[in-house]
Amino acid sequence: MEPDRRLWRFHGGLHLPGHKRLSNVEPLDIVPVPARLIHPLGQHVGIPSEPVVEVGETVQRGQPLSRATGYICSPVHAGSSGTVVAIGPHPIPHPSGLDGDCIIIDTDGQDMPYEGYPPLTNYRTLNGPALRARVRECGIVGLGGAAFPTAVKLNAGAGLRLLILNGAECEPYISCDDSLMRHRAAEIIAGAQVLLHALEIRDCCIAIEEDKPEAFASLEAAVRRADDNRIEVVQVPAVYPEGGERQLIQVLTGEEVPAAGIPADIGILCQNVGTAAAVARAVLYGEPLISRVVTVTGHGVTRPRNLEVRLGTPLNKVIDHCGGYTDEARHLIMGGAMMGFALATDAVPVIKSTNCLLVGSDADIAPRQPASACIRCGECAQVCPAQLLPQQLYWHARADEFDKLDPYHLFGCIECGCCDVVCPSQIPLTQYFRYAKTEIWARERERRQSDHARERFETRNQRIERAESERQRRLEAKTRALKQTRSSAASKAVIDEVMARVRAKKAADERDAENGDGG
Amino acid sequence: MLTAIIAISGLAAGFGLLLGFAAVRFRSEGDPVVERIDSLLPQTQCAQCGFPGCKPYAEAIVDGAADINRCPPGGEATIRALADLLERDAKPLDPERGEERLPALAVIDEDLCIGCTLCIQACPVDAILGAAKLMHTVIASECTGCELCIEPCPVDCIEMVPETVTLGTWRWPKPGADTSAVIAASPNPASA
Repeated sequence: MEPDRRLWRFHGGLHLPGHKRLSNVEPLDIVPVPARLIHPLGQHVGIPSEPVVEVGETVQRGQPLSRATGYICSPVHAGSSGTVVAIGPHPIPHPSGLDGDCIIIDTDGQDMPYEGYPPLTNYRTLNGPALRARVRECGIVGLGGAAFPTAVKLNAGAGLRLLILNGAECEPYISCDDSLMRHRAAEIIAGAQVLLHALEIRDCCIAIEEDKPEAFASLEAAVRRADDNRIEVVQVPAVYPEGGERQLIQVLTGEEVPAAGIPADIGILCQNVGTAAAVARAVLYGEPLISRVVTVTGHGVTRPRNLEVRLGTPLNKVIDHCGGYTDEARHLIMGGAMMGFALATDAVPVIKSTNCLLVGSDADIAPRQPASACIRCGECAQVCPAQLLPQQLYWHARADEFDKLDPYHLFGCIECGCCDVVCPSQIPLTQYFRYAKTEIWARERERRQSDHARERFETRNQRIERAESERQRRLEAKTRALKQTRSSAASKAVIDEVMARVRAKKAADERDAENGDGG
Repeated sequence: MLTAIIAISGLAAGFGLLLGFAAVRFRSEGDPVVERIDSLLPQTQCAQCGFPGCKPYAEAIVDGAADINRCPPGGEATIRALADLLERDAKPLDPERGEERLPALAVIDEDLCIGCTLCIQACPVDAILGAAKLMHTVIASECTGCELCIEPCPVDCIEMVPETVTLGTWRWPKPGADTSAVIAASPNPASA
């Protein structure tokens, strides 16, 4: 342990009021298993998974309900034992407010465990691929909020030298990682050890922001107990958005991840502390990802706190457990105040990426003022942690000039919302960037579709042309053959013979008919 | 004086030959501008522009026989892209050609279909499956929504159904268009 580790800075960022004490004073609470669990099939980055259970089937706690349909995909597991009552569309937490396919389970209260994943306490004798397969089958995804399948991230190849566990948790209001680090430090350290073994690297750095001294002390103590000199706990200054992967790597190592690359390109792998704990549970206890710590906070909820919640629990049950809404409740936001999105209903379930549920009063969430014109003050560029030029991006996004956004690296934007906060004209910059991103994807999709249609159209035309030319050829051949037959002397004899045969048959038919009438 | 005339004529003849040779030797197959315009068109082959398909329309644009605002399925985005490519001014869609509509898919009412194959012959992208006197159906993933199958159907059993937005095709609304969807809420400094 070296307390005087050198730290660097990332560009821009903001010192924001944390509002963390609202939720992190109470001890970690557990929400009881509800009567009904709703498991969306797509709760991760990538394609949705595919059900492997049928309606009416009895399932155990942790039993796989779906399987991965591709590489970047992750299965979901039953949050408790019970019966599958429906598979179909149900409201899910998504900014669109659209329904998604879900597997719905009525729980039986027994909470019987599934025995399909034996604990791998001997994980030190297993290699990376074997441990990765366990992480994959247990449905573990990044729990920091992005929900990228962890097994894919672990398959970064050789050349890694540093594992970073991200406990920075910089976004206002969110304190679920803080709570996990205070109460489940040993699990996080065990997860770090499993990951270090699986990745065959020797250095792990756990980063915690300075405003979480209890979490820091708890993890320090856990490292001492584990007596593992590969793991170092580091305090970093509290600047938003330091919990961003690229920003945290820059603070810890001074190195920048290439704009089009990933951290593995510079030998670094970054995981959320919650993900590390989930890996430990999957490997050491054979427990798939069926629960997570969720922060319920804001002045719109009676008893804000951190809770361990089974995935699939409807949000209204979680809110009820926290004493229900207060009179001040105005906004229901999944995620924090900066990067979260508003929900239209609390009937949606807790999913793998649900780190926080912010029930905001009007004091928590300032209603947005009408936007004025951009005065090109440049404040947004000063605070942009990705070193972009938000005013230029805004200019082109507003005019729908999407091809001009490329040179300004729109896709480098991490949607942290810093530019929104400092904009004196109250322009919703981040929403312009989200709009432009989905619009560019939609146009790419349309272009692929039109290329496909052109191909089919051309193929069809070729087929019609081919058929036509073949018909012409056959016609010509026939005409030629006919001409030849006519010209030959033998043809007359052939025709006479055929005619004679036809006459004979006709006479015979008539005879038969007469006989028939007579009979 | 004479030297100058000879020199200039010689140069002219030399370059003329060179250009003539290049025109033959490096002849490009097809018209690259037509190809580029065609690649911007939506490939519905719907003929709403008055030409029998996207490529004929692209050729007509190059020949100057048609303006860039005659493609209703492509709508404003296509007009803008064409204007960018051809360095002309964008203009509103020609109302005589129809109006920009939401993308839709043809759906056959399978109870009414008599299996006449007329729609199959009309479909420019082979998106309708069926055989004579057997029920026909539209392959949704291949349908471009050109509406060419509607007209020939003798029993009027084909309908255009607007494409539904899914989680995979959903887009963030443009700010200002719908303020209720404003998301990234900033923390109020007053409550700090």
